[in-house]
Amino acid sequence: MSTLQILFFALSAFAIISAIMVLVSKNPIHSVLWLILVFFAISGHYILLNAQFLAIVNIIVYAGAIMVLFLFVIMLMNVKKDKEPQKQLFVKLIGVITGGSFLTLLVAIVKQTVQIDGKQVMMKEGTIGLIHPLGKVLFSDYVVPFEISSVLFLSAMVGAVIIGKK
Amino acid sequence: MPIHYYIYLSLALFCIGVTGVLTRRNAIIVFMCIELMLNAVNLLLVAFSKMFYGFGLAESPNSIVGIDAQIFVFFIMVVAAAEVSVGLAIIVMMYRNTHSVDINFLNRLKN
Repeated sequence: MSTLQILFFALSAFAIISAIMVLVSKNPIHSVLWLILVFFAISGHYILLNAQFLAIVNIIVYAGAIMVLFLFVIMLMNVKKDKEPQKQLFVKLIGVITGGSFLTLLVAIVKQTVQIDGKQVMMKEGTIGLIHPLGKVLFSDYVVPFEISSVLFLSAMVGAVIIGKK
Repeated sequence: MPIHYYIYLSLALFCIGVTGVLTRRNAIIVFMCIELMLNAVNLLLVAFSKMFYGFGLAESPNSIVGIDAQIFVFFIMVVAAAEVSVGLAIIVMMYRNTHSVDINFLNRLKN
């Protein structure tokens, strides 16, 4: 096994275990911290794929900004651990069974797809994920969606202020 | 690395997110599971981008086939950030009105 494969499987196991811990943690703050670990593992996958820009943006935007927002909201709310609502065991079991059968269904579909048999993902090389080619495409072909996204941010900001102001 | 491994990893993360939405009642945890599903899709997009880039590179040495997927991932992150700000504001407002973040109180939207 090469170093790339070892890194891939280690990061995958880390991501999946952390994602499961997000669900089973009773305390919401622990869930947020586990979710930050999931995002770091996914950023590691981006670095393995040599998508360096997306790896940095993932850490800054998701692990930095969004998760801090979640932590702020949880700490503002003062959610008591013993008062935290729990579903009945029966409903939880049904949810887990539904998720597991959905996973089985999707894996079966992927296994039957012949178009992707033997296709390899290029790792660790290729200049496509660097800032220079991405910036060129972003500011030439995708400049209109880029500007529209700034309008989206403005409207989201106004909406958040109006909703939160009461 | 075969593309199958990336597909299975993304499917596992996505289904963990679906299970979380179905099993938890805390609105913030449900929201975090939606973020998890978005990230699983992002990972799959980047993996497919590098797969098609490999094909394009075999034909011409300076092709940028597959760069659109990484731009899409960037826009998904932009939309997710806007969505989180509005969604958390709604959750805070709901907490002010009902003093709880239980999603079972959300089944009656009026009052």
